[in-house]
Amino acid sequence: MNFSLVFDRLFLLPFLNGLALALLLPLLGCYVRLREEWLAALGLAQAAAAGVVLGGMFLEPVLLIALVAAALAAAAKALLARSGNDAYAVMILFGWSTALIAAANSVHGDDLSRALIQGQLYFTGLPHLEGLAGLVLLTAAILPWISRRLLVGRFFPDMFRANGLAKPHHDLVFDLLVAITLAFAATAIGVFAAFALVFIPPWIAFRFAPGWKKTLIGSVAIAVVCYLISFAAAILLDQPFGPVLVAVLLVAALGRLLRRHH
Amino acid sequence: MSEPLLEVRELVAGYRGPVVGPLSFSVEPGEIVGLTGPNGCGKSTLLGALIGTARVFSGSIARRPGTRVMVQAQRPVRLPEMPITGHELLRLTHAQDKGAPPTVRPLLDGRVDRLSGGQFQLLQVWAALGSPADLIYLDEPTNNMDPGTIEALGGLLLAWREQRGVLVVTHEHGFLDRLATRIVEVGA
Repeated sequence: MNFSLVFDRLFLLPFLNGLALALLLPLLGCYVRLREEWLAALGLAQAAAAGVVLGGMFLEPVLLIALVAAALAAAAKALLARSGNDAYAVMILFGWSTALIAAANSVHGDDLSRALIQGQLYFTGLPHLEGLAGLVLLTAAILPWISRRLLVGRFFPDMFRANGLAKPHHDLVFDLLVAITLAFAATAIGVFAAFALVFIPPWIAFRFAPGWKKTLIGSVAIAVVCYLISFAAAILLDQPFGPVLVAVLLVAALGRLLRRHH
Repeated sequence: MSEPLLEVRELVAGYRGPVVGPLSFSVEPGEIVGLTGPNGCGKSTLLGALIGTARVFSGSIARRPGTRVMVQAQRPVRLPEMPITGHELLRLTHAQDKGAPPTVRPLLDGRVDRLSGGQFQLLQVWAALGSPADLIYLDEPTNNMDPGTIEALGGLLLAWREQRGVLVVTHEHGFLDRLATRIVEVGA
């Protein structure tokens, strides 16, 4: 194994792109889990993927198409919110079916759909980094405002309405932030790796953390450690990044499962 | 006499059709007003109309301008895993945690999902009472509470009612008889 490969400048931008996702997705995932909407995260990622394949038949660039698809999916989620998990399950199946049918009927679709399944982190570059850096800054800027509102909305759901705020904006802002981040993630590390970063670190942290701040910190720490291991392992073992990351996260999840049986 | 925090006049409320009313009552600062009646009489629907989740068919609801409202729900959200401490929960409503009463203080350091149903309910009530809200709606606050905790809740209500109005929805007549300054019978 050639360890110097891991530190090759060729991989600097992909490394930073993945690191930004390892910071953002588990952080947002904590709020997604608190809202019991983790299935919606998979629905949004799958819808973004379908948009990429479908749009890729006609338009460029892929990232822009993914963002539009994610925004449309977030709007659909808002409309279907009352139907809960049933609607999200339909969104997942629709996205999966659309992506694969479109792929089978286009020249580049097959490559795109394979990339969305396996992840193509090592081929991402500056466009992803610019977008992800913007998302990291945006999230850091609005987190103090939106965090409190999301928690109040969860634990005291009538407080906004009782004070005359019938439709608070933070729900839509959060849905859009999640959808856009997942669109970036789906095109960088693949649909299921993106979903795994939203789902698994918070799933572990929710069990062990003594409070909310430590849940957020713990969730991000788990994701970053798993990401660093996966990034090196996928290069050194010449494996696709997405499945390697999911496998490493699953190993980390054993800690939670074993604690439960213990 | 000062303007009431809440004034309800000839209110008829419901969802697809009218469920409760017409009812008239008001809540003044320093008052604990009880809304009571048998199960299914429309107490929670009436509260829903005040919050905005139920439909108002006729009548009026007027709040004093600038009144801040806090609601303690009948069935507060309890997830199987809630990694949030009592302190963090209280901060959401700006409720006092350092000045919390002795019955509440032991509930603040740990995760709220480790509390019993009655302890969690008491914490929720304190999140409302300890907040800077002027008008507080408590919906069946004695749910899941043992007699000792109900006694503690009564103490909190009496100690913290000054300068604010409290509207308590409950089917527990005994609880209201001891605490309420006024009782409104719903469905009578």
